[in-house]
Amino acid sequence: MFGQANVLAAGQAAFPPSVEDFYLPSILPWGAHDSYWFTKITAMVWVAVGILIIFFLATYRKPQLVPTKKQWLAESIYGFVRNNIAVDMLGHRGVRFAPYFTTLFCFVLLTNLFAIVPLFQISPNSHIAFPAILAVISYVLFNYIGIRQHGFVKYFKNSLVPPAPWFILPLLIPIEIFSTFIVRPFSLAVRLFANMFAGHMLLLVFTLGGFAMLSANAWLAPVSVLSWVMTIALTFLEFLVICLQAYVFTVLTASYVQGALADEH
Amino acid sequence: MFLLAAEGGESTHNPILPIWQEIVVGSVAFAVLCFVLMKFVFPRMEQTFQARVDAIEGGIKRAEAAQAEANQLLEQYRAQLAEARTDAAKIRDDARADAEGIRQDILGKAREESDRIIAAGKEQLAAERATIVRELRTEVGTIAVDLASKIVGESLADEARRKGTVDRFLSNLESTGAR
Repeated sequence: MFGQANVLAAGQAAFPPSVEDFYLPSILPWGAHDSYWFTKITAMVWVAVGILIIFFLATYRKPQLVPTKKQWLAESIYGFVRNNIAVDMLGHRGVRFAPYFTTLFCFVLLTNLFAIVPLFQISPNSHIAFPAILAVISYVLFNYIGIRQHGFVKYFKNSLVPPAPWFILPLLIPIEIFSTFIVRPFSLAVRLFANMFAGHMLLLVFTLGGFAMLSANAWLAPVSVLSWVMTIALTFLEFLVICLQAYVFTVLTASYVQGALADEH
Repeated sequence: MFLLAAEGGESTHNPILPIWQEIVVGSVAFAVLCFVLMKFVFPRMEQTFQARVDAIEGGIKRAEAAQAEANQLLEQYRAQLAEARTDAAKIRDDARADAEGIRQDILGKAREESDRIIAAGKEQLAAERATIVRELRTEVGTIAVDLASKIVGESLADEARRKGTVDRFLSNLESTGAR
């Protein structure tokens, strides 16, 4: 982003934007292209973690029966995930999972939100590593819960053998294996990653496109302005996607846990 | 896969291959976040929710208890009031009966008294009448004798004869009067 800012200031935008725009130079060591320990992306992850920890600890240091405004806000976030996702999908058993679901929801929402926050302007979730971690946790979580609930054999029998005539089973079981144990974590990670990646790319295209047209021909200036107006409109769309993807990730995790807890297929 | 991403990092990145350094950083950061929030924040929120539920339910229970007590008191007061009403009615009836009795008593006494007074009057009258009759008798006798002695001119000094004459005369008088 810093590099791009220099490029934009010099008036020679690289257009079209490429995948390399997602891999910014390292902060420490400064400017290195092959060091990933301390980049803008990892820094943002730490910032997100810090913001969430500080916000929740500060607002819930001294909880009161009659909540203050901040406490009410923190409780609303937790209450939303707890009641509208965990309890809605898992019943009273969902309360047990509400703390993790809320942590997951807050983390995804805030890291997504960095995509449209000035100066951050890219989401860590546009690097597949972070969605992949969360998807692996969800995958391990729902399998672990299922095995603990039903025992190893019964759990796999429940999730792999659908109630169908025996002669269909040779066809259905491989499909079930594929969809439940292979596609699920992959689709969970890729859905979030691709949304954030595409959103960032879209904003880059319209922002850099404006500069590219302006530098190519001064007569294209009105179209450049239109392009930047589109950027603003797309930022609103991006906000919708940010919230929706955070919600979807949490709901799908809850739904997988629900499937693992269910008695019958 | 990770090695591939790390090696290819210099020239071209493949966005679908995760960078292992980011996986490490993300895991640690997310683990820290989970640890803090799930240990120190959300359980306390559950506790607060529970405390709030208890407070509200306790309030409702207390209100219900107070309501029940008030109802019971009201019933008690009503019962007491009804009892007091019957008591009052009974007392009024008793008083009425007493008053009637007293009236009857007084009336009876008054009647007795009046009867007594009337009887006494009658007795007195009879006694006076007898006295008067006796006096009249003597007086009438004397007058008659005086008159007769004056008319006849003879002295009727003799006591026995005179008495007999007068008595005879009076008897005759009474019998003619009775006829």
